[in-house]
Amino acid sequence: MLRRLRTDAAGLAIALVVAFPLYWMALSALKPRADLEAGDPAPFTLAPTLDSFRRVLLVEDFGRYLLNSLGVAAAVVVFSTLCAFLAAVALTRYRFRSRATLLIMVLIAQMVPVEALTIPLFFLMRGIGESVPQLGLNHLGSLVLVHTAFATPLAIWMLRGFVAAVPRELEEASWLDGASSFTFVRRVLFPLTAPGVVATSIFAFIMTWNDFLFATTFIISAQENQTLPVALLSFFRPDENDWGAIMAGSVLMTLPVLVFFLFVQRRLASGLGGAVKG
Amino acid sequence: MATPAPPLRVAGRALARLRRSGRLEPWVYLAPALVVLGALLAYPLYQLVLVSFYDYRQPQVTGAEPLRFSGWANYRTLLADPQFWEVLGNTVVFAGACVTGTLAVGGCLAVLATRLSAWVRTLLFLAALGAWATPAVTGSAVWLFLFDPSLGPVNQALAGLGMTGFEGHSWTYTKWSAFGLVLSQVVWCSFPFVMVTLYAGIRSIPGEVIEAARLDGASTGRIALSVMLPMLRPAMVIVTIQSIIWDFKIFTQIYIMTGGGGIAGQNLVLNVYAYQQAFASGQYGLGSAIGVVTTALLLAISLVYLRVLRRQGEVL
Repeated sequence: MLRRLRTDAAGLAIALVVAFPLYWMALSALKPRADLEAGDPAPFTLAPTLDSFRRVLLVEDFGRYLLNSLGVAAAVVVFSTLCAFLAAVALTRYRFRSRATLLIMVLIAQMVPVEALTIPLFFLMRGIGESVPQLGLNHLGSLVLVHTAFATPLAIWMLRGFVAAVPRELEEASWLDGASSFTFVRRVLFPLTAPGVVATSIFAFIMTWNDFLFATTFIISAQENQTLPVALLSFFRPDENDWGAIMAGSVLMTLPVLVFFLFVQRRLASGLGGAVKG
Repeated sequence: MATPAPPLRVAGRALARLRRSGRLEPWVYLAPALVVLGALLAYPLYQLVLVSFYDYRQPQVTGAEPLRFSGWANYRTLLADPQFWEVLGNTVVFAGACVTGTLAVGGCLAVLATRLSAWVRTLLFLAALGAWATPAVTGSAVWLFLFDPSLGPVNQALAGLGMTGFEGHSWTYTKWSAFGLVLSQVVWCSFPFVMVTLYAGIRSIPGEVIEAARLDGASTGRIALSVMLPMLRPAMVIVTIQSIIWDFKIFTQIYIMTGGGGIAGQNLVLNVYAYQQAFASGQYGLGSAIGVVTTALLLAISLVYLRVLRRQGEVL
C-alpha cells in the first residue's frame, strides 16, 4: 500500500513536470504584460487578461496568418486524402503486376527525408511560379503542393487497411445492381472508409500545420502570405522579446493540434502517430 | 518491306486492349497520386542529386554565369572541409543523445505507468499527450522562454535556491549547453510516442506468461530481463529506428532555439548546415551535396527499418 502511494506520488510529480511547459505557456499568455516584463516568477496570476491575445490578433494580424495556415492545411487534407484514397483503392482491390513494387515505393517515399529536398523544391516552385504565380514562391499554393506530396504516401499506407476491410461481396452486389466500378468506389467504398479518412486527414492536417521549414523557405517576401510558425518567429526581436505575444500566439497555434490529438489518441499507439513529429 | 504502323495507332490499340481486360482501371485510380508523387517527390530527388554535381551558386541562379557541370567537385570540397566533419560529428552525437534520452525516459515511464493507479496514469498520459501534440515551433518558443536568461522561471528558481551564478545565465551561449537545451525539448516532445508504444507492448504480454515464470521461481528482475524484454523486442526496434530517423533530421528546434545554428555555427546539424549553405551563402550545389549525404544516410537507416517490418510480418 505504501509502495503504491510512493509510485503514485512519483508519477504525479512527473506528470506535473511534463505538463509544466504547457502550463507556463498558457499562464504567460494570460499574465499582464507589466508582470511578464518585470520577470514575475509567480506560478499563478491574480489579474488574468486577454491583452496578449488582443495584441497578437489585432496589432500583429495573427488572425490572417491563422487563416493562411488553416487554408493550406485544409487544401492539403482534401487533395492528399483524395489522391491517397484512389491510390489505396487501386493497390488493395486490384491485382496487377507492378502492385507489390508500387507498395514498396510508397513505403520508401514515406521515408524520404523531405527536409533534404528544400533546395530542388525551392527551384521547382520558382519555375512553376513563372507560369502559374499562385502555385509559385511567395504564394500559399506552393505550400499546398509540397505538403500534398509529403502527406500522400503515409495516407496511402494508412487507408490501405480500411479499403481492404470492405468485403468483396459488396462490390459484387453493387456490380449486379448495375453500378460501374467508379460508382461503387464513390458511393459505397468511400463512405465505408470514413473513419480511416478522418484519421488520415487529421495526420495530414497536423503535419502541414506544424511545418516551419518550407513555410520559411517559400514565403520569402510576401508577408501577407506567411503561415503561423513563421509569423510566430517574427515576434522574436533581439533583447526585447514580447513574451506575452509569443506565448499567446503559441497557445493559438497549439490548441487545434491538441484537440485533434485527443480525437485520434487511441490510434497513436499503433505507431502511425510517429509520422507526425519530425 | 512492311512499313511500321504509326506509333499513335499502336498506342491506341494497346490502350483498347488494356481497357477491354480491365487492366487500365487501377492505373486510372493511381494516376493522381503518381502525378503528385512523381512531380513533387521523385523529380526533386533526382534534381537534388543532379544539382549536387553542378557548380550552382548565386551567379548561376540569376543567369549571370552559365551553369557548369563540375563532377565530384562539390563532394570533394565537402570532404576536405573540416566544418563538414564537425557538423557530421555534431549530428551523430546530438541525434544519438536524443535517441538515448527519448528511449530511456519513454521506457522508464512506460514501466512506471504499469504500476500507477488508474487516475494517476490518466494524468500522466494526458500530460504526455499535450507534450506530444505541441508543434515544434511553439515547443521551441516555450522552451526558450522557460530558459530565458533573466525572465525564465528556470534561472529564477535556480537563483532562488541560492545558486546566484544562474542569474542572467545564458543557456545557448556555449556549444554543449545549447545542444543540451535543444535535447531536453526534443526528449520532452518525443518521449510520449515511445512511452505509449512500449506501454501498449507491455500490456499485450499475457499475464499467464509472467505467472508461469514466477511459479518457476524467477525474480522480478529476471522476469523483466528474460521474459518481458524479448517479448517487447519488436516494439523496441520500431521505436528505436523511428527515433533515429526523426532525431537525425531535426531542423526546426535547432534553427529556432540556437538562432539558425548557434554562435559561429557551433550548433549546426546536417539539415541546418545544408539550408544555410544554400539559402544564406548561395552555395546551392554544395547544399545539395550535403542533402544527398543526409538522404543516403537516412535511406540506409530506413531500409533496415523496412527489413525489420517485413520480418515482423507487415503485409505488403
